[in-house]
Amino acid sequence: MQIYLPIAEMSVNVFWLLGLGGGIGYLSGLFGVGGGFLMTPLLIFIGVPPAVAVATEANQIVAASVSGVLAHWRRANVDFKMGGVLLAGGLLGSTFGVWLYSLLRELGQLDLVIALAYVVFLGIIGSLMLGEAGRTILRRRRTSGAGRKLHQHTWLHGLPFKLRFRKSKLYISALLPLGVGLFVGILAAIMGVGGGFVMVPAMIYLLGMPTAVVVGTSLFQIVFVTANITFLQAINNQTVDVVLAVMLLTGGVIGAQLGSRHTGKLPAEYLRALLALLVLLVCGKLIFDLVAMPDDIYSLGPQVTP
Amino acid sequence: MRTRGSLIVAALGLALHGLGPSQAKAQALIADLSEHRVSITTGFVGTEVLLFGATDGEGDVVVVVRGPARRELVRRKNRIGGIWVNDAEMAFDGVPAFYAVAANRAITEIVPEALRIRHEIGSGYLRVKAEEGADPKEVRRFWAALVRNKELDRLYGKKTRQVRFLGPRLFRTKIFFPANVPTGIYKVEVYLIRKGAVVGAQTTPLVVSKAGLGAEVYEFAHRNSVLYGIMAVAIALAAGWLAGFVFRKA
Repeated sequence: MQIYLPIAEMSVNVFWLLGLGGGIGYLSGLFGVGGGFLMTPLLIFIGVPPAVAVATEANQIVAASVSGVLAHWRRANVDFKMGGVLLAGGLLGSTFGVWLYSLLRELGQLDLVIALAYVVFLGIIGSLMLGEAGRTILRRRRTSGAGRKLHQHTWLHGLPFKLRFRKSKLYISALLPLGVGLFVGILAAIMGVGGGFVMVPAMIYLLGMPTAVVVGTSLFQIVFVTANITFLQAINNQTVDVVLAVMLLTGGVIGAQLGSRHTGKLPAEYLRALLALLVLLVCGKLIFDLVAMPDDIYSLGPQVTP
Repeated sequence: MRTRGSLIVAALGLALHGLGPSQAKAQALIADLSEHRVSITTGFVGTEVLLFGATDGEGDVVVVVRGPARRELVRRKNRIGGIWVNDAEMAFDGVPAFYAVAANRAITEIVPEALRIRHEIGSGYLRVKAEEGADPKEVRRFWAALVRNKELDRLYGKKTRQVRFLGPRLFRTKIFFPANVPTGIYKVEVYLIRKGAVVGAQTTPLVVSKAGLGAEVYEFAHRNSVLYGIMAVAIALAAGWLAGFVFRKA
């Protein structure tokens, strides 16, 4: 059964979309990640214009993160103060990101920047995760578990505007989470992701937040940042396809529930290693597309409505 | 009354007389479409429109379908530091968004060069405006690339489609519109050609428009983008909340 996507202006099989949403949803439930960084490239691979893929995926992530943040809220795993500061940065960053996005699109460099951003971040995150998971697996085999210090004190802790974050048991400069939020906000707008895969490691290793509140707090700010992106993309570029978003999120919600039920069946480090491999696979495909001789070095630019 | 009636008759006679030759042309050829509107609905996967007609005798029939004229941007990639990057572009004005030709036999056998140029028969004969002062060699390369890409999107016919004659006078052909067909007012031109001269011609308009839910979503997104943005966020929030609620119970 085919469905015509009014904004993407193409016709796609409904079950394809539901399956794609479900598959990525399953992975996101299984691994506890947002899945935007897999969904956006896959949408582009099946022929959705990158502009529409990025903007629509932001819309879908709003839905995916809301149900997540509600669950964490009930378990009191959200640091609202920290989330608020991250969000302030996130809103600034994503607003700038959408502006940058429109500019790059006009210049004809948007696809390239999206691809490069994916290659860099998927490459880094994938390799780090794989390395870390690999070490954990090896260490567990050799037994003996050395304790790790929660966080080290560096020059970052000497920055001004210090704030106390009770829930996170931190007393750090507000500039730090603001900066993290800003950076992730820009990435989210350009890459069509929630940014959890950058946000979560930054919160743990850079800010030194306790792991228990990291995911909930990250989701909390992602909801608002992606809502901001959806709204701005709809106004500036008219590239949010609600029909596509609804198809993806319907599949995504069901997939995520199934995925989260299967989480306990594999040890965490094996799951992380698997996810890392998946991330590197997508990264590899993107690198290949950038480097390989294109079928046609000429392409048609976006339609400019006079 | 009587004087008035005869005046009208006289005027009509004059008009007929004045229109003499073209009127004869119009009668040399009659054609129509099975539909004058292509609606892009939610289940749209492309469609075929039947064109049929009759001639007043021997002759060849050429059909030209043309979408609305637009500005098109063509970009060229170059390898920079091992990566393919867009580094040149050229804009063309007056480019038909859709273009297809059909004939009952090879175009080159029917239509002389001069006529192809005059009536823009064949994608190589389209009169489009390139940027002023551009290198003609580059213009040719970019134009060829535009046609190639349009053919790949099935918006330009790669080959001349077949016009079939049923007997000596009746003819028919099918015009195919793919799922990604641009919206707007199309022109379907039918020419009757005898010994290298156009002896009959007819132009029929065809409207391609979005219809149903898809049309409403598209219109809404473009006309009222602020509200659309708010709605998109609201739908996502509601769906997420609902999912969380349903699966907590389960």
